[in-house]
Amino acid sequence: MTDYRTWERRTPRQRLLRYLAGLLTIVAAAVSWRLLRINYDYIGTAPTEFMDLINRMYPPNVGYTGQIVSPMIETIHIAILGTTLAVLLSIPVALLGAENTTPNRLSFLLGKFIISASRSVNVIIWALVFVIIFGSGALAGTLAIAVRSIGFCSKLIAESIEEIDPGQVEAVKATGANSIEAAIYGILPQVKPTLIGVSTYRWDINVRASTIIGFVGAGGIGVELNTSINFFAWQQVLTILLAILVIVVFSEVVSAYLRRKAR
Amino acid sequence: MATKQTDRRSWTRPTAFYNHYVKWAVYVIIAVFLLWSAWNMRISMARVMDGWDAAVGLVNGMFPPEYTTEFKNELLIEGLIESLAMSVIATIVGVIISIPVAFMAAENIAPKPVYWVGRGIITVSRSFHELIIAIIAVKAVGIGALAGVIALSYKTVGFFAKLLAEEIEDIDSGQMEATEATGANRTQTMLFGVLPQVMPRIVGLTIYRWDINIRHSTIVGIVGAGGIGATLLNSFDQYDYDFFLLIIIAIIAIVMVGELISTYIRGRIQ
Amino acid sequence: MLSVTDLQKTYPSGDEALKGVSLEVTGSETVAMIGPSGAGKSTFIRCVNRLTEPSGGSVELDGLELTGLSGKKLRNARRDIGMIFQEYNLIERLTVMENVLSGRLGYVSTWNAFRRNFDGDDIERAYEVLERVGLDGHENNRADELSGGQRQRVGIARAILQRPKILLVDEPTSSLDPESSRAVMDLLTEIAAEDDIPVLINIHEVDLAEEYADRIVGLRLGEKVFEGTPADLDETARGQIYRGEEIPEGAGPTGKVAAEAGDVGGVSSDEGEIRRS
Repeated sequence: MTDYRTWERRTPRQRLLRYLAGLLTIVAAAVSWRLLRINYDYIGTAPTEFMDLINRMYPPNVGYTGQIVSPMIETIHIAILGTTLAVLLSIPVALLGAENTTPNRLSFLLGKFIISASRSVNVIIWALVFVIIFGSGALAGTLAIAVRSIGFCSKLIAESIEEIDPGQVEAVKATGANSIEAAIYGILPQVKPTLIGVSTYRWDINVRASTIIGFVGAGGIGVELNTSINFFAWQQVLTILLAILVIVVFSEVVSAYLRRKAR
Repeated sequence: MATKQTDRRSWTRPTAFYNHYVKWAVYVIIAVFLLWSAWNMRISMARVMDGWDAAVGLVNGMFPPEYTTEFKNELLIEGLIESLAMSVIATIVGVIISIPVAFMAAENIAPKPVYWVGRGIITVSRSFHELIIAIIAVKAVGIGALAGVIALSYKTVGFFAKLLAEEIEDIDSGQMEATEATGANRTQTMLFGVLPQVMPRIVGLTIYRWDINIRHSTIVGIVGAGGIGATLLNSFDQYDYDFFLLIIIAIIAIVMVGELISTYIRGRIQ
Repeated sequence: MLSVTDLQKTYPSGDEALKGVSLEVTGSETVAMIGPSGAGKSTFIRCVNRLTEPSGGSVELDGLELTGLSGKKLRNARRDIGMIFQEYNLIERLTVMENVLSGRLGYVSTWNAFRRNFDGDDIERAYEVLERVGLDGHENNRADELSGGQRQRVGIARAILQRPKILLVDEPTSSLDPESSRAVMDLLTEIAAEDDIPVLINIHEVDLAEEYADRIVGLRLGEKVFEGTPADLDETARGQIYRGEEIPEGAGPTGKVAAEAGDVGGVSSDEGEIRRS
C-alpha cells in the first residue's frame, strides 16, 4: 500500500461552503436563464444584427452636428443646475442626518429618511414623476437630477461631518461664537474637501444621467436621441453618441482636475 | 511707517486662485452661467402653480397604492422576477467578459498597445448610460430581456474591469516575479501569480455589481429591454398612478433587499 | 475675579468627576491645578466656561453667575474667558490669521464672520499679538503647516485676542516636547503678567507647576486635597495628591491641607487602600 501524502488548501468546512456557494451561483444562473425564455435564434443573429447596425451608423452625419449643439448645451445646463441645487440642498439634509449635528432624534430620522427615499428611486423614475408635475422639458429633468442626487451627496457629507474633530468646533464655541459661526469656522473647513469631491463626483454621474432623461421627455439630448432612433436615423445617432462621449470625457477631466486642486 | 500702519488694519485671506481679481471673475462667470441655466428652464409662476395642481392630482391618484387586481399583481410579480433574472445573468456574463479586459487594462502587466485598448473599452463602456445601450440593443435584437441583458452586461464591463484593473495594478509584484522565475509562461503567471491575489476582490466586486444591476434591471424596461420597467411605463402612460406607486414601492423593496444581501455577503468575505 | 463654589459634575455614566470643589482666582495670579489623570482637572476647567455642563455648584466671574446662563448671555460670558487647549484645537485648514481672528467671533455678525470681515482694530491687534508670540510673517500659513509649539502659540494668540478677563489653560504642554513646553509656559505667564490677566492652568508636570505658578491646587478623585504655594508642595503633599496617602499627624508643613481638607484626605486614603488590596 502506498501512503500518499495529500495536500489540501482549505479545511473541509471551508471547502463545503465554497462548493455550496458555487452550486448556488450555478443554480441561480440556470434558473434565471430559463426564466428569461430568451429565443436562441436571436442570440445567434445578435452579432450580425449589431454589425449591421454599426454599418448603418457609419459614417456619422457631420451635417447634423449643428442641430445638436443646443440640446447638448441644455444637457449641460441640466447637469450643472441639478448638481448645484442638489449640493446646496444636501448641506442642511446632511446636518440633519449626521449624529453629531442633528438637533434631536426626530430630525435625525427625518434626515435619514430623506437620504434613503432620494437614493432608492432611479433618476428616470424621478423624471417621470416631475414630467407629470411640470410637463415635459428641462425643468423636470433638472429637478429629477437634483432630487436623486440629494441622497447621495447628503449621505457622504453626513459621514464626513460625523468624522470631524469636535475639538475645533469646541474651541470656536469657547470664544463666544454662535452656532452658525461655529459651523462656518469649525465644521465647514473640515468638510470642504469632501464637499468638493462629492460635488465633482456627482457631477460626473449627472452628466451621464442628463443624457437619458430625455427618453421620458425631461429635456436634454435624450429627446433628440430618442427621435433619431425611432426614425432609424442611425448616422445621426452615431453623431449624438460621439458628442456625448466628448462631453463625458471632458467633464471627467475637469472634475479630476478640481479634485486634485482641493486639498 | 504710516503706510505700514494702514496696511496692518486690513487682511484678506490668500486665495486658491491666481489673485483676487481672478477669484471674483470666476465667481461671476459661475453665477452668470447658473442664471443662464435657470433662465433656460423657462420657469414661470403659472407653471409652478400648474405644477402644484398636478402634484396634488398625482398624489391623490397615487394613494392608496393599488394591490387588489389579480391580473396586475401577476404583471408586477412577473416583471420583478424577470428583472431579477436579468440582473443575475448580466452580472455573470459581464464579469466573465470583464476579467480579460481588466488584465488588458492593468498598466503593470499589459504591454502598452494592449493597455490602451483595454482602457479604451472601459472608457467607452462607462461613457454611455445603460438606457442608451438598452435602446440600441432593443433596435438590434428586438424588444425583450435579451436586450436588457446585453445592456447591463455591457455596463458591467466598464465598472468591473476598471476597478479590477486598479486592483491588479496594486498587487505585490514579488509574487508575480516569483512565479515567472519558476519558468511559468504568461498565462500560468497570470493564473498563479496574479489571480489568487485579486480573487477576493473579484468576488466582492461581483456581488457589488449584482446589487447595482438589480437597480438598473428595474428601469431598462422603460425602453423595452425587459423587466418591470415596461409595466411601470405602461401604468404611467395610462394615468394608472396608484399602480405606478405600487410598482415603485415594489422596486424600492427589491432594491433594498438586494443591497442588504450584498452588504451582508461582502461583510462576510472581508 | 473667578470664584467657584462647591462645583459638582456627575456624568451620565454615573462617574462622579467633581465632588464639590471650591476655588478662587483673583488679581493677576497664576493658579496651577495638578493631580493624577482622572482627578477631574479638565472637567473643572471645562465646567467654568460650560463646555461641560456642571451638575451643581456655582461659577462666578466678576460677580456674574455663569451657571444657568444660556443663548446670547452665555456667549457674551464666554467672550470674556479665553481658553487654551491640550490638542491646540486650531482650525487646521484655515490660515493662522483666521485662527487668531476667530477669537473675535463673539463680536462680529455672522455674515461678517462668513466674509472674514473683521474690525480694523482687531486685525491690527492680531498682527501685534502674532508678533508677541513670535509668529510674525506666518499669518498666511495654514495652521496644519505649523509645528506643535507654533500651533500652541497660535492658540495663545487666539485666546489673547478675546481680551479675556481670565485665561483657562487645559494641559497646554502635554502634546509638546520639554523644550517647547517651557517656551509655551514662559510666553503664557509673560503675556498674562503684561496684560494683567489671571490664569487658571491645569497641568500634570509638577515641576512646571512649581516653576510657573503662584499657587497650586491639588485634585484627587474629584476633590481638592491640597492648596498652597509651590513651597508648600512637599513630599507628603505629593503623596497625598498622587497616591492618596494619609497625612501623618503633625508631620512637616502641610500647607492648607490639614485645615481645609482634613477629613477628605481620609476618604481618599480609604479608597487607596481598597485599590491596593
